[in-house]
Amino acid sequence: MAAVNDVVIKIATVNGTGSASANGLLHKAIFRMGVPVVGKNFFPSNIQGLPTWYEIRVTGDGYQSRSNRTDLMVAMNAQTYAKDMAEVTPGGWLVYDSTWPRGQLLDRQDITVLGIPFSKLCNENFDGVRTRILLKNIAYVGAIAALLGLDLKIITQLLEETFGDKKHLVASNMEAIRLGYDYAAEHFQCPLEASVKAMDSTKDQIIIDGNTAAALGCVYAGATVGAWYPITPSTSLMDGFRSFCAKYRIEPETDKRTYAIIQAEDELAAIGMVLGASWMGARAFTPTSGPGISLMTEFIGLAYYAEIPAVIFNVQRTGPSTGMPTRTQQADILSCAYASHGDTKHILLFPADPAECFTTAVQSFDLAERLQTPVMVLSDLDIGMNDWMVPEFEWDDEYVPDRGKVLSADDLDQMDKFYRYLDSDGDGIPYRTLPGTHPKGSFFTRGSGHNKLGGYTEDGSEYQEVVDRLLEKWETARTLVPKPEIIYSTFNNAAILTVGSGNGGCKEAMDRLASKNISLNYCRVKAFPFSEEVKDFIEKHEVVYVVEQNRDAQLKTLLMLDIEADPAKLVSLLHYNGMPLNAGFVVERVLAEIAKGRAA
Amino acid sequence: MSYIAKPKVSHPKLPRNKLGLTERDYEGSVSTLCAGCGHDSITAAIIRAVFELNIKPHRLAKISGIGCSSKTPTYFMSQAHGFNSVHGRMPSVTTGANAANRELMYVGVSGDGDSLSIGAGQFIHAIRRNLNMCYMIENNGVYGLTKGQFSASADIGSKPKKGLANQQEPIDAVSTALSLGATYIGRSFSGDKEQLVPLIKGAMLHKGFALLDIISPCVTFNDHEGSTKSYAHTRQFYHHVIDMDYVPPAEEIKASYDKGSVMPIELHDGSKIVLRKVDEEYDPTSRAKAFKYLRERSNAGEIITGLLYINEGRPEMHDLMGNVDTPLSELPLESLRPPKGELERILRGYR
Repeated sequence: MAAVNDVVIKIATVNGTGSASANGLLHKAIFRMGVPVVGKNFFPSNIQGLPTWYEIRVTGDGYQSRSNRTDLMVAMNAQTYAKDMAEVTPGGWLVYDSTWPRGQLLDRQDITVLGIPFSKLCNENFDGVRTRILLKNIAYVGAIAALLGLDLKIITQLLEETFGDKKHLVASNMEAIRLGYDYAAEHFQCPLEASVKAMDSTKDQIIIDGNTAAALGCVYAGATVGAWYPITPSTSLMDGFRSFCAKYRIEPETDKRTYAIIQAEDELAAIGMVLGASWMGARAFTPTSGPGISLMTEFIGLAYYAEIPAVIFNVQRTGPSTGMPTRTQQADILSCAYASHGDTKHILLFPADPAECFTTAVQSFDLAERLQTPVMVLSDLDIGMNDWMVPEFEWDDEYVPDRGKVLSADDLDQMDKFYRYLDSDGDGIPYRTLPGTHPKGSFFTRGSGHNKLGGYTEDGSEYQEVVDRLLEKWETARTLVPKPEIIYSTFNNAAILTVGSGNGGCKEAMDRLASKNISLNYCRVKAFPFSEEVKDFIEKHEVVYVVEQNRDAQLKTLLMLDIEADPAKLVSLLHYNGMPLNAGFVVERVLAEIAKGRAA
Repeated sequence: MSYIAKPKVSHPKLPRNKLGLTERDYEGSVSTLCAGCGHDSITAAIIRAVFELNIKPHRLAKISGIGCSSKTPTYFMSQAHGFNSVHGRMPSVTTGANAANRELMYVGVSGDGDSLSIGAGQFIHAIRRNLNMCYMIENNGVYGLTKGQFSASADIGSKPKKGLANQQEPIDAVSTALSLGATYIGRSFSGDKEQLVPLIKGAMLHKGFALLDIISPCVTFNDHEGSTKSYAHTRQFYHHVIDMDYVPPAEEIKASYDKGSVMPIELHDGSKIVLRKVDEEYDPTSRAKAFKYLRERSNAGEIITGLLYINEGRPEMHDLMGNVDTPLSELPLESLRPPKGELERILRGYR
């Protein structure tokens, strides 16, 4: 049940009406009051006119995932009134635009319905159709501010930051806030039992989305070539990179760019460009989503076999096919792990939130160059496009990028002869040269059969020698990729294992289960191949609940394939309806398994 | 076999270029193509061109897709970096490579299947970007490695070895490139080294997208009677409309030309090409006129060759983007980060 600093607000609007900025304002205002907050945007694959929802969870306990409650529904979209009302948790509140009577539509005894004539108020006070529509959204922010007890000073300050010198916009927005605020304050008991009280729990925290964070990571990693084809939900990653570059990648003396962003004709070309640029020695990347990965797979196989670094961000969405492009999922794990024909496997990194998107982005370039192979960062729509509250990123100015084994002109000068695919260090990683460095460094990069010297071959044993060495490199990768996050509670036999954005929901579920005296251990894998720690962790437990966001238990499959995890121990808890994972789902499923006699 | 290195036989009297290299130094492995394949003649023309241009082999990148033509980068310049990529995807690899290092010279070798069917999308988009490269299509009208299927450049009425004559409209690389704004477009014939070598030189030095559509008969699958891409057919219907000579930087134009038909054009590196018009009417600087002429002559069954269009004025990809002169791949990573302490300031915007 809702309480102080434990409230879920959901706002139902029509997309393309400017509600996103109103919702952002509300989200930020609560954060500025020092209260931890989770924001989730549920939007349609559409530009204007379809229903859209924004959910704000005020969580004094600082949980990261969404809740499956709706305490305060702000129903601004007549198309979805019935559905929105049905969704309100018993004991909750529904705010609607009472300019027009809604009669029986709003008949529900177990909730409180609050009518506020937003349209009427705005029509009476503002001119122009577009202005009225925009300010109606701001007016509901005002009403919520009154109902929840938000600090109007903070809201004013946020508006001033947004509009800067445009004082008339600050004034009209504040007027709209006032209209909503005053109406609510006059007509209802404010604040409600569920309200927001200032805390001091957002210090050193920021609100940011994962795509922007990953883009900033690419800037800090020194990426210079970004090739891409626009696709939801990855587009804002390149948008972010572009805006950071516009600021930090302009040579002051010449006003020229130290980066190249190429909007490719399709994803086949985008990955081809990344490989061409990486072959030349630039740090290059491409952001995409599932359908883009499908198109890239032929080239990804070449990159694996010819050993060319590449960084690919896959901001996963709900598939298959076009699927639900504005909903989240973790259903590309297997298709990325084994992308391409022939024997291939690829390094996957799984950030859990925007803070990890930043660090993982930097790490992905180091790993790609160290291991001379594609590295895929598997984020998802929930992480990539939603605004998360995360700790401020940290950057070590002493960071030295790992460029891997690249021979310089001097190295080559002193060498008798260079062979591209010789494993002279015994770690499965050969030395490479960059085109243009030295005549002795030249070699022929090819996807066709080659021997350890780099020459063309159709000889079975020569071929096999190279692909076997790639397996040794895979084992080296296992030691270099990020280790899992492991939490042991008290001694017990059961554990939860998850990946990426499953983190918040699982940790909250563990707290809730602990309050029922069910304590579970925790492992969040951060990379594929799985490190020894993951194997040990699974071996230590009798039951491991594998929580992942796809239908076919892809993470579980991968655990069985890569580290031969015992399938008898692995119990899948699968959440794949396109909504971000919530703790309630995990709690319910774990309890059901225990009820069936499964160990806890 | 392409993995058999050609023995380097030393002839003390072989001529050397300004770098002290002989033409042999620009060779690659032994060709594995069929005896008499047009592609081998083109390889020889490339070797001649780079030798005469004094190109440092390791400063040139040779990139290809898949197919008989795409095998040929192994047969020239063994000291140049090569990248035999994916079918139809040479343009994207070249685009990325060039984006990272604008200082190298880029030679892409492709075929009619590689560029006009599977890779048509990448071919046309590389033109749109005015990618600074020399793009060669070794055009034989068939798929050789899969044994003789027609490609998209096959002419209407051309007969295959087995089966029915082609009835679909061909895709003409030259008029496609012309319509998309390629800035250097030539057509030639593998059997005409005299015309081909200067065309390749100009294409390599041109700043922007240079396309060479080179008819290169397939002796095994498309050199029979009734084929419009055979040696015999090409020789019969082949017309020079405009020839060119290449004049290195700081050299005088020495040859004597007939007045009125000569057109010297200066390239970005200071070298010149001298165009000799065989057909007085032809204007290689007008897209519209070139297009009309090509259409008319091709409808009459003629194969029009030479440097068919040139525009030295359009900026290439990097200049269109406004990029620094230094190759991006050579910028130290430390120099690419926001200044010390800046992260703190950036993050303030997210509070």
